Amino acid sequence: MELLVALIIGVLVSTGVYLCLRARTFPVVMGLTLLSYGVNVFLFSMGGLKINEVAVVGMSENPTDPLPQALVLTAIVIGFAMTAFLVVLALRSQGEHYTDHVDGSDGEDQGGAQ
Amino acid sequence: MSHWIIAPVLIPALAGLFLLMEVRERHRMRRWTGLLACVASLVVAVLLVQQAWDGTHTVYKLGNWEAPFGIVLVLDRLSALMVLLTSVLAFPALIYASCGDDRKGANFHGLFQFQLMGINGAFLTGDLFNLFVFFEVLLIASYGLALHGRGPERVKAGLHYVVLNLVGSGLFLIALGLIYGSTGTLNMADFAVKAQALTGTDATLLRVAVLLLWVVFGLKAALFPLYFWLPAAYAGATAGVAALFAIMTKVGIYAILRVTALAFAAGPFAGLGHEALWWLALITLAMACVGVLGAKRLATAVAYLVVMSVGTIVATLAVGQAEALGPALYYLVHSTLICAALFLLADLVARGRGDVGDRLVAGPAILGGGRLSLLFFVAAIAVVGLPPLSGFVGKVGLLRTVPDPLYWALLLIAGLCGLVAMSRAGSTLFWRTTGESAGLRPSRRRLLAVLLLLGLSPVMTIWAEPMLQWTAAVADQLLTPQAYIQAVLGGAA
Repeated sequence: MELLVALIIGVLVSTGVYLCLRARTFPVVMGLTLLSYGVNVFLFSMGGLKINEVAVVGMSENPTDPLPQALVLTAIVIGFAMTAFLVVLALRSQGEHYTDHVDGSDGEDQGGAQ
Repeated sequence: MSHWIIAPVLIPALAGLFLLMEVRERHRMRRWTGLLACVASLVVAVLLVQQAWDGTHTVYKLGNWEAPFGIVLVLDRLSALMVLLTSVLAFPALIYASCGDDRKGANFHGLFQFQLMGINGAFLTGDLFNLFVFFEVLLIASYGLALHGRGPERVKAGLHYVVLNLVGSGLFLIALGLIYGSTGTLNMADFAVKAQALTGTDATLLRVAVLLLWVVFGLKAALFPLYFWLPAAYAGATAGVAALFAIMTKVGIYAILRVTALAFAAGPFAGLGHEALWWLALITLAMACVGVLGAKRLATAVAYLVVMSVGTIVATLAVGQAEALGPALYYLVHSTLICAALFLLADLVARGRGDVGDRLVAGPAILGGGRLSLLFFVAAIAVVGLPPLSGFVGKVGLLRTVPDPLYWALLLIAGLCGLVAMSRAGSTLFWRTTGESAGLRPSRRRLLAVLLLLGLSPVMTIWAEPMLQWTAAVADQLLTPQAYIQAVLGGAA
């Protein structure tokens, strides 16, 4: 279980980092989304992994930690809003620069007027 | 009576909500609402400083949950000083923005208030996850503000700024997860107590977490190698916004200072990562020198001056000299106010020169340039650290308390680079003129905003002695974290 979760986080984060380093805005947005998924799963597992246990004291012998669940909920909401904002910004960048390159120019026309 | 602590968060929040609901066309009403909220925040900030002055920690338990379980706001001298600085900065910045820049896009005033809410919240909170939430509040408002006014350059700088900060938020969350996993708490005071007792794997995890925190705070503070976003984002932003952003890097510095002072002043983790911070800060200082000399626009040069002040302050903190903390805080207040004033001045110069803007090339004469050049002269003297203004007092304080040859050399070279860059900028902008100007004469209200900020430098010089005593008192309180922990956790500590 621990190994599986660790592997999932590792794959999510490494894919996210790779995509973040791309030059187009769409892969960067995807990368940031994957990165935030990885971070959320990581945060979720920080209270210790328990299977089939409720997060309420008194309902179970060995309740799971409720705090990471509350934290991850906040993190998901914030991450979602930021991603939405970034998508709008990426669209606006494309509208202003006529390219989806993160630097606003493709590199080929660097000699020209920017 | 202790409910006042939450007012610096609530006032901008309510004003921001009100501003979002208002009809779009009623500019006058929006401006007055924003200014009124700023004045109210300023009054509350003064009251809070008075309350914190006697050295007590006031703890505000949100929802009345007991300390390690619920979220607390903590008011001590440092947070009171920072909240006051924010309010003092916000008022002139908003006056300046209200002279017309606020109409270039929707919802400027609402975003401005939310930004203030985030900054004040970050200064007041006593909980690490809550610090993350307030960081996000101030960041998302700053994204909107940085892009305010449109333009391709702004969008490009904004995109970099947003992506970098989103990655930073991810790292922040990982660090928080590690802290919770190893200590089982996110309350700063409780964390400080539990961190001391950690051994084995948990201690290693905590080390990783804290170093990650330094990365995140270093990104906010614009420390090498994470400062490249700052010049483009700040120089590209609308002047009033750039002036407000002068405090944003200081939020990062505050966070480093707070966490260090609470949890890593003594014990097994003392000075964790400070060796790295010291070198990075010195490199930041050196890179800022290069940047300020190479800047092609006045606003970019000012942005590099912000980076320079960050390098100076973080290097001072990393030395860990107790006596240096007071002058460092004095320098922090001074550099924030003067850099903000310089951002406003750069915009006035750009307006006065028409199409040439604030690019550092020979251009048309500036209408009303006499007054502007005088203001620029005063601001340049203050920011470079020449006598008789506050920059000099601050730098002398720093040099006297940090007896390190490398630090002395870099600080003095940085001063020299700043002086050369500012002299060159001033003589190019005001003396190398070609023909008649097509620009605008600076309006009275814009000049008033600049004067309000710039006037604080002579004030800080004349009352330098009490100011320095006060910042020394702030530092004293920071250096005795036991009182903070006692106040938050009660008898349990």
